[in-house]
Amino acid sequence: MTAVAATSSTTNKILPHPLNAWYVAAWDHEVTRKPMSRRIANRPVALYRTEDGKIVALADACWHRLAPLSMGKTVGKDGIQCPYHGIVYNSAGRCVSMPAQETINPSATVPSFPTVERYRYVWIWMGDPTLADPDLVPDMHQMTSDEWAGDGLTIHAACNYQLVLDNLMDLTHEEFVHSSTIGQEELSESDFVTVREGNKVTVTRWMHNIDAPPFWLKNMRDKFPGFEGKVDRWQIINFEAPSTISIDVGVAKAGTGAPEGDRSQGVNGFVMNTITPETDRSSHYFWAFMRNYCLDSQLITTQLRDGVHGVFGEDEEMLQAQQAAIDANPDYEFYNLNIDAGGMWVRRILESMLAAEGRLVASA
Amino acid sequence: MAATNIETWQSATVIETTPVADGIARIVLEPSLPLKAEPGSHIDLMVEIDGEPAKRSYSVVESSDDGTRLVISVMRAPLSRGGSIFMHGLAVGQRLEITQPLQNFPLRVGAQRYILLAGGIGITAIANMAAVLKRLKADYTLVYVGRSRGAMAYLGELAELHGERLQVHVDDEGSSLKVPELVGRADAGTELYMCGPIRLMDAVRRSWVERELDAPNLRYETFGNSGWYDPEEFIVRVPKLDLEVKVPQGRSMLEALEDAGAEMMFDCRKGECGLCEVRILELTGAIDHRDVFYSERQQRLSTKMNCCVSRAVTSATGSRADAVGPAVITIEPN
Repeated sequence: MTAVAATSSTTNKILPHPLNAWYVAAWDHEVTRKPMSRRIANRPVALYRTEDGKIVALADACWHRLAPLSMGKTVGKDGIQCPYHGIVYNSAGRCVSMPAQETINPSATVPSFPTVERYRYVWIWMGDPTLADPDLVPDMHQMTSDEWAGDGLTIHAACNYQLVLDNLMDLTHEEFVHSSTIGQEELSESDFVTVREGNKVTVTRWMHNIDAPPFWLKNMRDKFPGFEGKVDRWQIINFEAPSTISIDVGVAKAGTGAPEGDRSQGVNGFVMNTITPETDRSSHYFWAFMRNYCLDSQLITTQLRDGVHGVFGEDEEMLQAQQAAIDANPDYEFYNLNIDAGGMWVRRILESMLAAEGRLVASA
Repeated sequence: MAATNIETWQSATVIETTPVADGIARIVLEPSLPLKAEPGSHIDLMVEIDGEPAKRSYSVVESSDDGTRLVISVMRAPLSRGGSIFMHGLAVGQRLEITQPLQNFPLRVGAQRYILLAGGIGITAIANMAAVLKRLKADYTLVYVGRSRGAMAYLGELAELHGERLQVHVDDEGSSLKVPELVGRADAGTELYMCGPIRLMDAVRRSWVERELDAPNLRYETFGNSGWYDPEEFIVRVPKLDLEVKVPQGRSMLEALEDAGAEMMFDCRKGECGLCEVRILELTGAIDHRDVFYSERQQRLSTKMNCCVSRAVTSATGSRADAVGPAVITIEPN
């Protein structure tokens, strides 16, 4: 078989997810001493913290009869007790106590998953633990930098994770989906540049000398009270495999040099997005909006979080409807437009990761 | 990928079989449904003994990244029940029924320090772990114990791969392992993984308990096929079922009872789960407890035994000189 023939010619509608990668399991504040359950990459995971505050992630099914450990309680320094028959596991998933016997069956373990706490998130590695290098956690440094302020929320998206990536890699949809807040017709009229480097993809779009849409006009006036006039607007979409997209967005007073690098006459935000497959048809979509101006204003932090939450609600509705339509029309294929270049590079990267894991299946 | 213990059976072709030590064959299999074997995993496979199929478990010594080549190693046991003789008779091109890799002995990534201990053919369960720890640049020591160098498989390869991290102890060179010294090197951050004869593993368990180290940090796998004494033929009586059965050297008590038509309860068949436990009503001889289900205290009591692996022997010293006839045990099954 030639290399060309080995490449799939159709666009996979339900893309599997690589397992040898870091995904966000939860916001850091969500994981406490009280165990919680979350399905990640099709597997239920029990999450809790040890007495020392370290994160523990175990398969959420007791070795014995598969009762969910997350319904149990934490015991001792780092253990968790199955709520059904009292079997206790330590943070490595090893049984430390069995009911009604003096020894422990040596095979009594539940899988434990590597985790890293970074950028206000708990990251989890669901694949081969011997490959779980913390240096591979995608860059989301704005989340914990002194130079940026903001907050975010989680969307439970009823669609395959790739549909969310598609959505974020091409922002021309803003004109149609978000017409009242950030959409404007210049989005689909302006040119964009797509660059792929290794496991990263960047899509850059500049709109020169335009009216700021309502969301951006408000932000400009937060920094420059009473601002009126035209702006230069930018969107620089940065994808890092498998599913993190940070979008450098902003507007500056038109003609003040923002495209050349001087953004001092503008406002800049980073839309931080990272998407975790829950099942093949649902996703945990963690996002935050970080800004580099008026850092001390909790009012602006909350306004931006709630404002973006409203905007993303429009995406959520579209993504759910799209997934339903995909499932209702199994005989139809996806076709591609020129605007899909960024999203298609993302697919190419994910497909090569899947192929390396031996998990790339031909489009159904 | 996470451990699975769901048996997926497939066919596999023998593509290589070579001697690697006295009585030890290295067998390379090409499975029809390839899956990479994690460290600590094993396969079950069907052997043929006197024309009858029987299931055996073998650790995966190494596997290629794509799982298309699985390597196992089999020692021809002098008191084999027939499985190892079958395996040594395999020829290139022959097909076998095997499972995809199964996992009861997972290696945890992220411990501060590791001690890996292999006794004899137990190296088959440990070699892959050592290779992974080496790749992860972990802090590990590989301790390999054997009767004689000639009987120790893979010595050269292991020395080359692990250099000074490999420590070899050979009985007939007078460099036998001193278990308390070895366990003395373990601390709260150490995980010890071992596979070997039950005497070695019992000694390590005892030292581990004496030093009050965390029980879950001592990891071991037993296929329930070694004891404190050589297996002997013995008699088992089951008054409740009106049975008297001879247990031959090469069969387990559970198998002998099943052969005689007794409907027995069991699960793991390797002395771990305790489901095949029977009550001992009367005993002429002693019990060779080969399970890991009972504590030492319970084994000393000898009021019960796990009949899948444990056996009766003629004398408590294991010496046949003072023995009169075969051991006789009277039991009541669950």
